[in-house]
Amino acid sequence: MRKTFYTIFLSFVMVLLYLPILVLAVYSFTDSANIGAIRGFSVQNYVTLFKKPELRDMIAGTLILAVGSAFISTVLGTLGAVGVFYSGRFGNLVVGSLNKVPVVNAEVVTAFSLCILLIGACGVDKSSFVSLVIGHVVLEAPFVYVSVVPKLKQMDNSLYEAALDLGASPAMALRRVVLPQIFPGVVSGFALAVTLSLDDYFITSYTKPATFDTISTYVVNATRGSQTEIKTALWALSTIIFAVVVGMVILMNLTGNKNEKRAGAGNEKDR
Amino acid sequence: MNRLRFQRSQLCIPYGLFLVCFVFAPLVVIIYYAFTDGEGRITLANLTSFFSSPNTIGTLAYSLGIAVATTCCCLLLAYPIAYILARSRFKHKAVILMVFVMPMWINFTLRITALKEILTVIEGNLAYHPFLNTLIGMTYDFLPFMILPIYTTLEKLDNSLLEAAADLGADTVRTFLRVTFPLSVPGIISGIVMVFLPSMTNYVVLDMLYNSTYIMGSLIGAYFSAYDWHNGSMIALILLGIILVFTMFTNRYADEDAGSSRGGVLGS
Repeated sequence: MRKTFYTIFLSFVMVLLYLPILVLAVYSFTDSANIGAIRGFSVQNYVTLFKKPELRDMIAGTLILAVGSAFISTVLGTLGAVGVFYSGRFGNLVVGSLNKVPVVNAEVVTAFSLCILLIGACGVDKSSFVSLVIGHVVLEAPFVYVSVVPKLKQMDNSLYEAALDLGASPAMALRRVVLPQIFPGVVSGFALAVTLSLDDYFITSYTKPATFDTISTYVVNATRGSQTEIKTALWALSTIIFAVVVGMVILMNLTGNKNEKRAGAGNEKDR
Repeated sequence: MNRLRFQRSQLCIPYGLFLVCFVFAPLVVIIYYAFTDGEGRITLANLTSFFSSPNTIGTLAYSLGIAVATTCCCLLLAYPIAYILARSRFKHKAVILMVFVMPMWINFTLRITALKEILTVIEGNLAYHPFLNTLIGMTYDFLPFMILPIYTTLEKLDNSLLEAAADLGADTVRTFLRVTFPLSVPGIISGIVMVFLPSMTNYVVLDMLYNSTYIMGSLIGAYFSAYDWHNGSMIALILLGIILVFTMFTNRYADEDAGSSRGGVLGS
């Protein structure tokens, strides 16, 4: 009885969460410009999405920016976390506390203050993409740092010492012994960085060149305009992103389950 | 050996410099701008004008209203979801949790667009209920960020405590009120941190849902577009102050594991 009630409640919220996305997904395959009467099946929106240069560039730009800035953030954040782990209280205090600022700060404030510094005080040219990339790294690197630190704490420290005793140079020991142990944290940090970059609006809109758009800024501008063709093409985009996310989650679950099984059945005590 | 330690710790220098240049320096710059005027003279005028103008005070009140309402809505929806997922015996808990958290990874402007289309069909004209629409939009946007930390805290709750409560004669309701709920407070606080501040500042949600009232974030945006960096910096500083008070309070009570859980699922 209780379980039935629980199921109904969960399903109800789930429907509320996904209804808008699913309705748009259905309408993205029609030639209607508004939610209402469905006239006929059409893939015109998807054709527009990939044929129209401005839309294609916007999507490509978003992806390149996300992967590129995530890569820089991952390198910086991981090096930072490893360095701080081995350094004294001072490094920990400075990097650790500064790292928290972008995590808790409101995105608008981060974006505004960075923009004032770069464009106002240092005279950086927005059209050079420098401010945009720095902005995204400021947003992402702290989260990479946060996801690497716990892995460093779990790491078996004696392995590093053992590698040195066996004649490895410190750099080699770091690469061959430390890095593999913290690698899951590095990967999830990278994934997190990509999603943060893809989802960001504020940092992008304050630091981007005038001619460049990411999905977020493009969508916000498009809602102000009234071009039907673009509006419905964005429905197609949202459907594709939804499908990609679902695919990723399924993939993650499949690989995750396998890992759990391999990790052994000894973890049943949680039940 | 000493030389080695020194070398390894040097790895944090690039990131340390990066943080000083692009996290610390911007803070210094906005503090400078907030307390100076157009000619570079030190002044408190930006501060006093914020607190003496009915417009800006009204904006502060409106954003607090939106933030409180959004946080309450998220909490009322998220707590039961997290509780059911964590404490009952559904078969594929991890998968169901994923389903609730997944919207987090879809670009929020696209999700709000979708919501806008649906609300337009239901309401006809979005202009009639600006506050309600904003509340729905914000809740829709931030719900996963509330579910995740509460779930994390409830999930690791020690079962023996609940059994002890039952053995000592507490019924289900009493056990919940006296044991489960108090122990989940750290997760709730982490969730509130994740939702409250963004809903004070995320003015894009309001823009997209045709709510033309300003919140604190829109003030920064407006001052920025008008090149009024002094007043803009003051708003940013006031928001920073609110954030500081918030984190000081939450550092004491929030759940370490559940905090900063933007990608909690990814991190596991």
